[in-house]
Amino acid sequence: MNELVHGILSPQFFYSILRVTTPILFAALAALLSDVAGSTNIGIEGMMLMSAFWGVMVSAWTGSAWIGLLAGVTSSVLLSLALAYFYLNLKTDLVLAGIAFNIFSSGATVFLLYLFTGDKGSSSSLKSYVLPKIDIPLIKDIPVVGDILSGHHVLTYIAFISVFVVQYFIYKTPLGLRLRAVGENPDAAQSVGISVKKIRYISMLLSGLMAGFGGAFLSMGYVSWFARDMTNGRGFIGLAAQALGGHSAFGSMWGSLLFGLAEAASYTLQAIRIPSEFTNMLPFIFTIIALAIYARSKLLQIKKIKEEEKKA
Amino acid sequence: MKAIEMIDIVKVYPNGIVANKGVNFEVEEGEIHALVGENGAGKTTLMKILFGIEQPTSGEIRIFEKEVHIHSPHDAIAKGIGMVHQHFMLVPSFTVAENIVLGMEPKKGFSIDMDEAVKIVEEASKRYGLEVPPTERVLDLPVGIKQRIEILKALVRGAKILILDEPTAVLTPQETEELFVALKNLAKKGMTIIFISHKLKEVKEISDRVTVLRDGKTMGTFLTKDVSEEDISRLMVGRDVELVIERPEPKPGKIVLEVKNLNYFREDGVQVLKNVSFALREGEILGVAGVEGNGQRELVEILTGLRFGAIGSVRLLGEEILGYDAYTLRRKKIAHIPEDRVEKGAALKASIAENLISDRYYKEPFSKRLLLFPRKVIEYAKKAIKDFSIKTDSPLTPVGMLSGGNMQKVVVAREFTAGAKLLIADQPTRGIDVGSTEFVRKELIKVRDEGVAVLLVSADLQEILQLSDRIIVMYKGEIVGYFDKNEGLTEEELGYYMLGVKRHDENKIKEAFAL
Amino acid sequence: MRNKMVLFEVVRTALTIAIALLLGYLILIFATDDPNTAFKWFIYGPISRLRRFVELLNRATPLIFTGLAVSIVFQAEIFNIGAEGQLFFGAVAATFAALYFPQIPFLHVIIVLIFAMAAGGLWAAVPAYMKAKWNASELVSSLMMNYVAFYLGLYIINYHMRDVNAGFLVSYKFPRTAWLPRLLRRYNLYPGIFIALGFAILVWFFLYRTKYGYELRMVGKNKEFARFSGIKVENVIIYSQIISGMVAGLAGAVEIMGLYKRFVWQMTPGYGFDGIIVALLARNNPLAVIPAAFLVAYMRTGALIMGRMTGIAPEIVMMLQAIIILLITAEAFLSFWKKRIIEKAAMEQEEKK
Ligand SMILES: Nc1ncnc2c1ncn2[C@@H]1O[C@H](COP(=O)(O)OP(=O)(O)OP(=O)(O)O)[C@@H](O)[C@H]1O
Ligand SMILES: [Mg+2]
Repeated sequence: MNELVHGILSPQFFYSILRVTTPILFAALAALLSDVAGSTNIGIEGMMLMSAFWGVMVSAWTGSAWIGLLAGVTSSVLLSLALAYFYLNLKTDLVLAGIAFNIFSSGATVFLLYLFTGDKGSSSSLKSYVLPKIDIPLIKDIPVVGDILSGHHVLTYIAFISVFVVQYFIYKTPLGLRLRAVGENPDAAQSVGISVKKIRYISMLLSGLMAGFGGAFLSMGYVSWFARDMTNGRGFIGLAAQALGGHSAFGSMWGSLLFGLAEAASYTLQAIRIPSEFTNMLPFIFTIIALAIYARSKLLQIKKIKEEEKKA
Repeated sequence: MKAIEMIDIVKVYPNGIVANKGVNFEVEEGEIHALVGENGAGKTTLMKILFGIEQPTSGEIRIFEKEVHIHSPHDAIAKGIGMVHQHFMLVPSFTVAENIVLGMEPKKGFSIDMDEAVKIVEEASKRYGLEVPPTERVLDLPVGIKQRIEILKALVRGAKILILDEPTAVLTPQETEELFVALKNLAKKGMTIIFISHKLKEVKEISDRVTVLRDGKTMGTFLTKDVSEEDISRLMVGRDVELVIERPEPKPGKIVLEVKNLNYFREDGVQVLKNVSFALREGEILGVAGVEGNGQRELVEILTGLRFGAIGSVRLLGEEILGYDAYTLRRKKIAHIPEDRVEKGAALKASIAENLISDRYYKEPFSKRLLLFPRKVIEYAKKAIKDFSIKTDSPLTPVGMLSGGNMQKVVVAREFTAGAKLLIADQPTRGIDVGSTEFVRKELIKVRDEGVAVLLVSADLQEILQLSDRIIVMYKGEIVGYFDKNEGLTEEELGYYMLGVKRHDENKIKEAFAL
Repeated sequence: MRNKMVLFEVVRTALTIAIALLLGYLILIFATDDPNTAFKWFIYGPISRLRRFVELLNRATPLIFTGLAVSIVFQAEIFNIGAEGQLFFGAVAATFAALYFPQIPFLHVIIVLIFAMAAGGLWAAVPAYMKAKWNASELVSSLMMNYVAFYLGLYIINYHMRDVNAGFLVSYKFPRTAWLPRLLRRYNLYPGIFIALGFAILVWFFLYRTKYGYELRMVGKNKEFARFSGIKVENVIIYSQIISGMVAGLAGAVEIMGLYKRFVWQMTPGYGFDGIIVALLARNNPLAVIPAAFLVAYMRTGALIMGRMTGIAPEIVMMLQAIIILLITAEAFLSFWKKRIIEKAAMEQEEKK
């Protein structure tokens, strides 16, 4: 028990929360950017996977992690545009198309991995590069806080900065306004001459961009290789995190942190020899309970307001 | 100069429906031109083609005597065309200003310049005499204002041609008057206006010329002053229409519904019903007049078990029923024609047959124990389609493919045959053509004479006056007027109560309950 | 005009499959020196031998179950994607019942199946209840339940029912009374496919021939309308998910009872997500689920046979599968042609009038 308390209260624990939250947060922002314009991007999982793959490959070929990142993100964006094309031009069911893209990415990455490296499991035979970690001056010297906040992977910082950027973008800029209009009432947007299709393309593209960062983080930060299906459901978890947080980037962030917290906790618990099946399960049970409490309190809140006013 | 020429327009929808079959339509610059026709005649379709929302299958369009191809509303707006749609096209969570500048947002750095946006709205508002609150959310605004927002949306984009698709369906006479003043002003300044309406009186009042469509074809264009309301309706429907419905003396029986001191607070804390009390007997029609958004919707939803949390008392044949859900109330024989046929009254993706049995599917002959008998359902639907002259070729057609009026007939067919003791009819003829309106009104009188208690909620005063045996007027959630018979009552007089200008004293209003 | 539309759909489907196969062939050119042979095995493999055809049938079986399960909830417009967890937990429950219940012939099989259905239903009931009671997103909760089912199931199997002598992480072997028996001596055909086909008809009957099915479909088509008409929407939300969960629960149980005779999964088999594909391909129609499941199973089987015969990674076929799914469901693909047919027919009809 002592060990557990010790594990959870350590700065390393909080540090690891931010670390494991990063890919989920990118996925959640990807989900948010497509969702505000009224399209659910189920394909995030596949886009992340694609980005993770090309990031490793290109960084290994060029010797530059940054070019790898660029390649990864580009592949994810291209995939998102293809998804948008099927959805908007060919009128494929969006959910089905998303699932199909996930299958495609899973197959394509394994196939290409085999083609390039002769290995179907992972890219460990390649020498690929990772993006740097960053120490924040001043903050890094503060005890505890410095240990938690400083020294993270560059994409971790980008993820959390993105929260603010995305929030600003959605709620303050003209394009954000159009995105929301298309999401809430496409007919209204169309009636003032906005091309709904174009806006949805843009929202998909941005979604692909975020997913691309998330994927690149996995293979060029979280670990330093590509393994088949290494996203491991994070794209879906991101969708769930966004669903918890509604149409707000901050909401998505809190949702992602919830998952991150649960995941980090499960690693800590594993360290004290609780069966991994059990600890792995915890984040999800945790989420279900959180969701229930959240939904219930929202419902009660409405009821309570009503009752108070009745009294008045 | 001719502002618009649409020549030989044909439109086939993807489901094979031919909505326009070679329509010719011409509008002079600066005139107010009315476009009339039955439900499903193709008016909206024609206008959607003009505004670039739909593409014509064939035909030619000229704007200000130049041939054009309009591929999208963006094109249409660029050519000076603006459209106010039959159903409002606003983003509910946005403010008025956000809705108006959407797509042409003023910028400050990367952000939207909200101050500038508000200024744009205020200026336009002043110039055209259309007042709106720029910083309020559209969600909670009354329909009259939403309409002005729609018009402003078109005007700030520099519209020279303004299309209004049934703009008055939801307005009070006073609001309609205000709208007409504004429209006439615009026309005087050279604006070309196309005006679609089922209310022929308005067509007579406002338009210079009128074009009649029937079944996707042009029946002709006339100088409005040369044709009477009767002429127009004959051209539309192809037969004589009774514009005034015969209403025999009511023979009221025992009390069916008693509502006493009903109070209700909405989720956002606004009190939308204040001490509402009235009673209703079998064999009579009680009209509820009022501008939309004065508590009628909530009242109806509470009475039909779709809204909960009201306090007070509601008795059906002596039994307290407040707080029961729709499931229970349906079984206690309350039928309900809802205000919104698209959202509540029908499942658009389901077939006509499936829609017709939604309140009785569990009864014989449609089902027995677990089983459902589709053949019986279809048989029944075929009969209903005939009885209510619903225009379709099969009971399996999805309701969503019917025109507005025929959709309403499906709803009406179900509710009129529900064997109800209490029928709550909320805007039963909104947006439906003269022929169908005549039909629905006659049916209402018929079920009344069969002994059903009818609560008629309508924003159409002509309808209230024509059909009601007694009338209550609602304003800001209260009953402010009560008329125990409506002889000599005029629309204008009722309008004053609806706008809260006049009100009856307490004792008179109490009579609505004390029968 | 009807005939023309049917013809159109047939031609369109054939054309999309042809295009997808062509693309697949192009991919194969990159993957191997002998694309022709590989391609042949992919196309012809599943019907080349009775044994392989049986393999195809067995592979279609769980997909029919999950396809049906997903169709039910999707018809009610409920986005419960928990079939994966339901089937996994159903299989765990089946394992429990198979190992610990009295070994009475025939009855034992029934009990095991009932256990699987109950477990699947129970698993689906959680998101259902949360949705009906608190309006909690069923997408999130059912997804979470998938993971819980997986890890909890593994825990139960690995710590309580594991056969330590097996050399793999698997459960004890089921007693014979809990097997779905082989039907042919030389082939591994078990009655699963027939149970699945039976359920397809049953589900169809439920949806279109019972009043509960009617309620469910109306809730799916317009919830507000259903409520307005006096249908208890909350009840429908709950029972539709439970019934769906029960059907999904069978998918896993039937397969392990027929094919492996013990619990063998250390990874989730993925049939739940396949079920979403199958349901969407079938446009949520229970009878159309059968051909849709066969299509997906055919591609899988073909891929595996190709892999066995040529050593090409069957993952290639995942790409092919994705392309076929995308093109078949792309409504606007070739739509200009469809539009022309409709316009012509409509105009002809007009002229006749
Ligand atoms: N999007 C659509 N898809 C298919 N058919 C449609 C569509 N919109 C309209 N229709 C059909 O086209 C015909 C004309 O419809 P339209 O809306 O133009 O009529 P309208 O004259 O505006 O009628 P109303 O007075 O009821 O508004 C109707 O039969 C309708 O069912
Ligand atoms: Mg119309």
